Amino acid sequence: MKFVDEFRDEALAKGLAAAIAREANPARRYSIMEFCGGHTHAIFRYGVQDLMPENVGFVHGPGCPVCVLPIGRIDNALELAEEHGVILCSYGDMLRVPASKRRSLLKAKAEGADVRMVYSVDDALRIARDNPGREVLFFAIGFETTTPPTAVALRIARAEGLKNFSVFCNHVLTPAALNHLLTAAAVDVDAFIGPSHVSSVIGSRPYEYFTETFRRPVVIAGFEPLDVMQAALMAIRQLNAGHAEVENQYIRVVTREGNLKARAIVDEVFERRESFEWRGLGAVPDSALTIREAYAAFDAEKRFSIVTRSAPDAKSCECAEILRGAKKPVDCKLFGKGCTPDSPVGSCMVSSEGACAAYWTYGRFRREAA
Amino acid sequence: MSVIEARFSAREGKLTGAVEMIHGAGGRATAELIRTLFRRHLDNPLLAQGNDQAAFPVAAGRMVMTTDAHVIAPLFFPGGDIGSLAVHGTINDVAMAGARPLYLSAAFVLEEGFPLADLDRIVASMAQASGAAGVPIVTGDTKVVEKGKGDGVFITTTGIGIVPDGVEISGDRALPGDMVLLSGSIGDHGIAVLSKRENLTFETEILSDSAALHTLVADMVGAVPGIRVLRDPTRGGLGATLNEIAQQSGVGIHLDEAAIPIKPDVSAACELLGLDPLYIANEGKLIAIAPPEKAQLLLAVMRAHPLARDAAIIGEVKHDPHAFVQMRTRFGGNRMVDWLAGDPLPRIC
Ligand code: SF4
Repeated sequence: MKFVDEFRDEALAKGLAAAIAREANPARRYSIMEFCGGHTHAIFRYGVQDLMPENVGFVHGPGCPVCVLPIGRIDNALELAEEHGVILCSYGDMLRVPASKRRSLLKAKAEGADVRMVYSVDDALRIARDNPGREVLFFAIGFETTTPPTAVALRIARAEGLKNFSVFCNHVLTPAALNHLLTAAAVDVDAFIGPSHVSSVIGSRPYEYFTETFRRPVVIAGFEPLDVMQAALMAIRQLNAGHAEVENQYIRVVTREGNLKARAIVDEVFERRESFEWRGLGAVPDSALTIREAYAAFDAEKRFSIVTRSAPDAKSCECAEILRGAKKPVDCKLFGKGCTPDSPVGSCMVSSEGACAAYWTYGRFRREAA
Repeated sequence: MSVIEARFSAREGKLTGAVEMIHGAGGRATAELIRTLFRRHLDNPLLAQGNDQAAFPVAAGRMVMTTDAHVIAPLFFPGGDIGSLAVHGTINDVAMAGARPLYLSAAFVLEEGFPLADLDRIVASMAQASGAAGVPIVTGDTKVVEKGKGDGVFITTTGIGIVPDGVEISGDRALPGDMVLLSGSIGDHGIAVLSKRENLTFETEILSDSAALHTLVADMVGAVPGIRVLRDPTRGGLGATLNEIAQQSGVGIHLDEAAIPIKPDVSAACELLGLDPLYIANEGKLIAIAPPEKAQLLLAVMRAHPLARDAAIIGEVKHDPHAFVQMRTRFGGNRMVDWLAGDPLPRIC
């Protein structure tokens, strides 16, 4: 496929690696946080760190929708599946995340709850149409990218007058998390790589505030390894020049304003929550969406009077520190011992985009060699 | 005329009707299903004896035996169906010992209500596959389960074969320095099947690579009897299969990503779905591990066979007490190729 190969060209990669080696000032360190798990995954899957000089390091951020969902919300989902007997639909990774007492939706399924893995919210709608006698609930998670499809599904459900469909909304917002990282968590990074798929919806403008307020460059980048490398070079150049701007590596898709149509649909269906708990970050103001009153009939939180209780992470699990970029997966006592992708303790080991899973799955040999 | 035959002739050679519980009850209806559907397609002298087992003379030397249960959704996919797959899969498992496959058996678990026309298609396809491979199905069994207790059709096939003298192929024989060869492009089968899942909509022209590999294996062991390991990377793909071998042999394996053949359509589909082609299933490919001095000869023999025209040397066996499979990426970075945790899942965002 042309569109893939261009972004995986070995000669281009070597050229970028050489440019980074040339331009990175050996007298300083460059610590670049990739906000999104998609970038973490690309870095590991293609061995991008191997192509960086010693003093340029990637720090993995909280941008994995599966990782950041707090345990309390998964407990809610379990309750809905087990006590309310709904058909609960969600994405594959979400089903494996440990909730309280290391239970998970997959375990509930094995014990008889009707939990179904879907590939998109459309599948959940279809299941609702096919099972008019059952309550069908879509466990919605994700950042700005997955929000428009959920909004569209809610509009369809209302237009069709579906009586048995609801959405448990856990959509979260990237800029609020970034803001929180820089203020409350005070992360120690020099520059950010921003997720292109989020910006293809919201545009690059929301990041301008960070570069102005916190004086850290933000480079919005695509998910190909070459995109990540080019973004790293752009960040290094900004840092060398003492600049802090929003740069757009991903001009092939992202504009400053984003996708106005998608934003309008999202605005029509969702509004901001005052505060939402993130795993690792705690309560973050203005960081998540809830369903507007006009769609209340399809809001699972109202329909089932859901109350979320905060639940602690598993003992010794360092997911919180890892999601804040304060520690590396190998710093966790459980890494590779009590916690592996086959038997995860924390969420970062579940999702293929989680930092622990990426370290374990792609980078384990480094630890063994060290 | 029997009931099934009547249905058969009723619509221009197309069977109508569905599997019923009585077809599995062991009485007249069962016998009729076997006679008019299974035996009509699969006929051979051993099966025609109509016994509950097949009797045949035993050759000297070492025999291999294997069995495999086949469950797949959808039952029909681009490039094959559960019937041909059940034949190819078992022939290949026999062949991966370097053996010549001789006979197959087949057991069917049918779900009540399954259309007889579809069953007819499946059995015809098995007959075609086993006929083309020259490996007859000599005995079998049929059971029917109630509606809702099966997924249409499950097929279990067993195969036996004979290993030529001097051939000693096993997953625990890889040695540091050996070369790893692959017979062709990876991921074709898995992507062909995924493209027909009702909830995944993407367009692809990719056909399953489902094929019987025993003639390829015969050429390979003929030229290089010292091949150490053969294995077909089916479920779990190349990644899982190489991990199995590394573990069995207690060695590391280092791959070169740029050398691994993969069709552009397959890599595009994987990209779209967020899947890694290394873990996608294949049904007509094999991995061979051979001593380094024989690798070029083996590669030439493979490339001369129509099922392995794109064969390539994709890596090397290394000393490694951790038995890690690693890969030098196209970029020159390194990564592990780990066991898969759970099923490969399309990504969320
Ligand atoms: S290794 Fe497991 S327990 Fe430790 S931080 Fe990662 S996910 Fe949590």
